[in-house]
Amino acid sequence: MNEPRRNLLRWLLGGGLSASLISFLYPAFKFMNPPDIPEASVNEVAAGKVQDLRPNQGKIVKFGTLPVLLVHTTETEWRAFSGVCTHLNCTVQYKDSSHQIWCACHNGLYNLNGQVVSGPPPHPLEEYSVHIRGDEVVVSRKA
Amino acid sequence: MALATGPPQQSGWLEERLGLASIRAFLAHKTVPVHAHTMWYYFGGITLFLFVIQVLTGTLLLLYYRPSPAEAYESVQFIVTRVQFGWLIRSIHSWSANLMILSAFIHMFSVVFLRAFRRPRELTWLSGIALLGLALAFGFSGYLLPWNTVSYFATKVGTDMAAAVPVVGHQLARFLRGGNDVGGATLTRFFGFHVAVLPGITTLLLMSHLALVQKHGMSSPQWAVEEYSRKGQPIPQMPFFPNFFLRELMAWYAALGVLGSLAALFPWELGVKADPFASAPAGIRPEWYFLAPFYTLKLIPSHVLVFDGELVGLLGFGLLALWWVALPFWAVSRQGVERTRWVTGAGVLLLAYLTTFSALGYWR
Repeated sequence: MNEPRRNLLRWLLGGGLSASLISFLYPAFKFMNPPDIPEASVNEVAAGKVQDLRPNQGKIVKFGTLPVLLVHTTETEWRAFSGVCTHLNCTVQYKDSSHQIWCACHNGLYNLNGQVVSGPPPHPLEEYSVHIRGDEVVVSRKA
Repeated sequence: MALATGPPQQSGWLEERLGLASIRAFLAHKTVPVHAHTMWYYFGGITLFLFVIQVLTGTLLLLYYRPSPAEAYESVQFIVTRVQFGWLIRSIHSWSANLMILSAFIHMFSVVFLRAFRRPRELTWLSGIALLGLALAFGFSGYLLPWNTVSYFATKVGTDMAAAVPVVGHQLARFLRGGNDVGGATLTRFFGFHVAVLPGITTLLLMSHLALVQKHGMSSPQWAVEEYSRKGQPIPQMPFFPNFFLRELMAWYAALGVLGSLAALFPWELGVKADPFASAPAGIRPEWYFLAPFYTLKLIPSHVLVFDGELVGLLGFGLLALWWVALPFWAVSRQGVERTRWVTGAGVLLLAYLTTFSALGYWR
């Protein structure tokens, strides 16, 4: 068999195999990419009764699929922040001894305005609004 | 081809570390007999190829599948409706499972009719039969995983048959079900069998089977050997690499074409979610490879003499399987004479039974 013909066959065989391989890998990679699942948009949640959370206490409430930290700071004041640390996604907690928000994963500290006090978090925590309706605490997104 | 003509200079680094020369030498010496029935040699490779497809698509499905009664059906529904190419991957997995079993049966019967099980290949036959049994177990365990009505009742019937085994039946059924009845525990258990236990055993057996095939080489049919010896010639041989390998590659491509067409044109259905408190739907039947025993059991009356009909059927299947597994040992008389007609007759009878009863089970 002459050389140009052999080369042509080589290219055809190699090209066919490569094209086949791409046609197998494309659906496989597409399959591995998880589809976007739209979540129902939540703007407001009932976070429990006023009397269930005493002053200088905090708790995590479910805001759709996200954790929100609700803090009863003083008798008349309530605050709520995103419960997700801006450093590496851990869920934060309220520290009643220092009146601060603490992330246990890398010792990040935020004040009760959501601002970073110390540690590695790069951004402040997103703040939510808190309203009292009757004896119920309602947390909502800030407009 | 570089592999057949000698090591290229740039492979020195790999050569030093992997010792590719021995593999190259092995491939250069390995040959395949050429005769009128060489085409049947391809079915072992096709079965292996379809098994590899099973492993690859099964691994992909694992990314989304959830093995619990509350989520299994929904997760498969999610795969086929929401995930990109999900319907295709699942369809390929289901179709290739069926084609793999079909190919394994063709391989087995070709071995019987070409008498490739003869001495010294008895262990190759036994490991091959065990692999076919494992393929059926893969089919049975995988069938339940979508948790639909048909698979639920098929598993109830299948595990109930195990309960009819004398002495250990009850314990065996409990072991398979993970409890007294088919439920969440069965699904978790079958999932474990399907993705961990069976693949592990299959890998070991497959390696043994392939090693034995390499050790003994491809068997040539006796009549072909005799025909050439009458001419005073050895049976012609084809180099395994690249001649046979490239032909095998084309056979894989053809198998892939059939598989892709079936998967795209006839996507595997999901059916209705299993409801343990619903009645079994009319016309329910197992996968085609279990249709022959299914139809046979339908024909056996509830009692045969003093024995339970199901037990008689099960004993019959057990004895039939044992007789078939022992084929290489009864195919030769004590005087060393081959019982050629017996083997051909047994092969034809078994093939006729399987095809006829499968067809009857499908249509009646």
